[in-house]
Amino acid sequence: MSVRQPTPVPDPIGSYGAKIDGRERISGAALFVADLKLPRMVHAKFVRSTRAHARIVRIHLDAALAIPGVVGHCVGEELPRRYGVIPVAQDETALAVGKVRYIGEPVVCIAALDPETAHRACEAVRVEYEDIEAILTIEAALDPARPTIHEYARKPSNILRRVHQNYGNVDAGFAEAAVVLEENFDYPGSTHVALESHAALARVEPDGKLTLWSSTQNPHYVHRDVARVLGLRDQDVRLIKPAVGAGYGGKCDPFCSDICASHLARKLGRPVRIVLEREEVFLAHRGRHPTRMWLKMGFSAEGRITAVDFKAWADGGAYASYGVVTSYYLGVFMPLPYQLENYRFESHRLYTNKPPCGPKRGHGAIQPRFALEVLLDRAAGRLGLDPAAMRRDNCVEANSETCNGLRVTSVGIQACIDAVVQASGYTERRGKLGPGRGLGIATSAYMCGALHPIYQNEMPHSTVQIKIDRSGEVVVYSGTADVGQGSNHMLAGLVAHRLGLHPADIRVLEGDTSLTPVDLGSYSSRVTFMAGNAALLAVNPLRERIVAAVAEKLGCDPAEVSFGRPGHADRGDGPRVGTDTSDVSWVDAVWLAEEKSGPLVNAGGYTPPKIGSRFRRQSVGPSPAYSFTAQVAEVVVDEETGMVAVERIWVAHDCGRVLNLAVVEGQIEGCVYMGVGEALCEEQRYLPGGLIRAPSILEYKLPTVHESPEVTVFAIESHDPEGPLGAKEAGEGPQLSTVPAIANAIFDASGVWLHQPPFTPERVLRALDARARGGPP
Amino acid sequence: MSNELVLHLVVNGEPARALVPASRTLLELLREDLGLTGTKHGCDVGDCGACTVLVNGLPRLACITVAADCAGEHVDTIEGVAVGGQPSAIQAAFDHHVAAQCGYCTPGFVMTLTHLFTEEPEADEASLRHALGSNICRCTGYVKILAAARDAQARMRNPA
Repeated sequence: MSVRQPTPVPDPIGSYGAKIDGRERISGAALFVADLKLPRMVHAKFVRSTRAHARIVRIHLDAALAIPGVVGHCVGEELPRRYGVIPVAQDETALAVGKVRYIGEPVVCIAALDPETAHRACEAVRVEYEDIEAILTIEAALDPARPTIHEYARKPSNILRRVHQNYGNVDAGFAEAAVVLEENFDYPGSTHVALESHAALARVEPDGKLTLWSSTQNPHYVHRDVARVLGLRDQDVRLIKPAVGAGYGGKCDPFCSDICASHLARKLGRPVRIVLEREEVFLAHRGRHPTRMWLKMGFSAEGRITAVDFKAWADGGAYASYGVVTSYYLGVFMPLPYQLENYRFESHRLYTNKPPCGPKRGHGAIQPRFALEVLLDRAAGRLGLDPAAMRRDNCVEANSETCNGLRVTSVGIQACIDAVVQASGYTERRGKLGPGRGLGIATSAYMCGALHPIYQNEMPHSTVQIKIDRSGEVVVYSGTADVGQGSNHMLAGLVAHRLGLHPADIRVLEGDTSLTPVDLGSYSSRVTFMAGNAALLAVNPLRERIVAAVAEKLGCDPAEVSFGRPGHADRGDGPRVGTDTSDVSWVDAVWLAEEKSGPLVNAGGYTPPKIGSRFRRQSVGPSPAYSFTAQVAEVVVDEETGMVAVERIWVAHDCGRVLNLAVVEGQIEGCVYMGVGEALCEEQRYLPGGLIRAPSILEYKLPTVHESPEVTVFAIESHDPEGPLGAKEAGEGPQLSTVPAIANAIFDASGVWLHQPPFTPERVLRALDARARGGPP
Repeated sequence: MSNELVLHLVVNGEPARALVPASRTLLELLREDLGLTGTKHGCDVGDCGACTVLVNGLPRLACITVAADCAGEHVDTIEGVAVGGQPSAIQAAFDHHVAAQCGYCTPGFVMTLTHLFTEEPEADEASLRHALGSNICRCTGYVKILAAARDAQARMRNPA
């Protein structure tokens, strides 16, 4: 028998490798809501509106309810209390009350012993409608003479929110410009297509309390809204987020499935499960807002941006969702990553009779970034400047403030630009690849969570609790929602790093409102920054208590005590704690600490810093930190067919610090993929009457492996002073610059500017045709 | 229900039997009747590949396969891939490269690759991409999936 050589525990931070919950994901063992079954469980389905905008005259249920196996139903009048995550825009009900606002809106929910019977019952329901003129375009939504979709909205119109902000002196900036360019852009709507459908399973416990399993990104907000609609105290609802088959922003809202499963479970006294069908996921939507934009920019002869003027109209669909936030995000991030002095924007978020838009990855910031980065390249061409160098010269400095009052700390944008320019050979190769092949560059920046919470309060945005007990087990309790992005591994990695353990030694229990402390949710790229900091705040005092106990035992200076010292594998008590001359096992260290100072349980709460702004109304946009991205796309344009192929993307992202390289790369690659989809093919389209055109994975064109580019990732580390170990976000920001990089590459390849994604063969051919006839490029 | 039948088949090497309506799909049979929820429901119409299983060694989309057609056949699912409780080379490579982010599509990808590398251990890049073209992933951009597949193929050729 040989004794293995002791090896110190490698620091997990920055390493490349498996997530702590990887095994359950590769084995099919992870349980999603649709995999959960309870005794006496029934299944519910929805009757959905066939009208875009209509009053409900009467609902005929008799035939449906007479079908054997149907056990219950509910209609909108039973759940009249309006909800929504944004307190100032609570305009939704789970089932239509009195009136329908889009084709596909849920009207009735029917529960039966099996899904097929529930489906047949839904088909037997007849709803009488009285049509109202449907509002289906931006023009119609802006016309005050048209009917109002939400009568109770404060303003007699279909404008949910208009935001206007003005910084510096825009007119003076244009007056001093050597070149002024303006253009109209149309950015399409698109949707997330998470492969797991939205699903909910609700059970009433013997004591009358409700347990709801939901496929959600935001357990906390869904918890609050379900309690609100059902008239229950928050404390009587337990929301559990099991494994979730991704969200990308599409599972940020409470859905009809959550509320109707909960209501029917109470009404019927038995568990109710609802799994949306694929077509219903397209109707649940909350995807990218189709956005019409006008952008005007001024430039000095040297390429400095002297002024930016921007207007946007976002077609938001029938309900607000996060639309108030969208109206701000359309404008507030425009300055970054550049140093602008003169900037103004006016944005509108409109109601129309279509499925509601919401927060898709890169929420609200994707559309304006496309417009600005394309116009910037056009200006570089006009001025005879290198587009990469021109961007670099305009970049914001570290530890500065933008014209609209955003405090900027760590900045890695120059390093990002340098990395992709060098790797792609951009400077030497651009313009020289011959007709049909081209390179394009774009840059972007994004937030690491919002400084201000969605509902006003002064409490921590993330709380993490850690329990270490005499077994040696470390348990992290967090209200976060890992939906595949790797937040469980992030928490385990940070805690393991502080305690000298392997991440796999840390058990993470998350997303259960009765078990885990509050975290606001997986949106706005906030989790690594906020929950990560909370985890460090929770573990650090525990670490100090273990240090004190071990130092006392060993009779040494606490400063000499280190964690993760090599232990013998065959002893089974893990790495050791101590000094170069003497140490104790991890488990003994835990015993000593608990004996000396009591239970090893501690919670840490992260509250963003109070950062004043020069601008009183700047409440949406400020973040504790910003991430930065640069990317270069190489495309091939077939001038015969109009087909665009994105062959390769070089992307450099300033994520502050890499916590797990495989996870960070995967997030960046996923962003690029979604960007390529929006650039080439993805669009949520409607027939003129408001019927969704392509509610299936086959018809809604999305990239397979064949259309997806080779992606080369550079993780740039700017070491944010306030991020957990210096980390910032990586899962959302990188998508912002993908579409404009591709648009700029198409110009390099074919000499045409495209102002409306997706860059389909029809649009490319039309542009090539216009160029051939001598029109503007 | 008069249109019910008793099905006998072999699932992951073990005999299985179920009383099912004639319209039962293989996906429903696996998930609802046999409790094998590792095979996922993505689209119900054969567009996404999440429900890929092997029937007599060949990839089939369980959501558009009638269960009754599989009477007497051998069906392999994600639950049967691990060897002696240890992940297969493909699974281990997916784990190492974090090719499973949310993991919802992963069982389908693993089954597609299990078939490919059994039939074609020397599959080249074109064959690999051709095979993976039948599965949709929305998380990874396929970058880590391709890396895991190449890595697994190398490990299967030269076991450590």
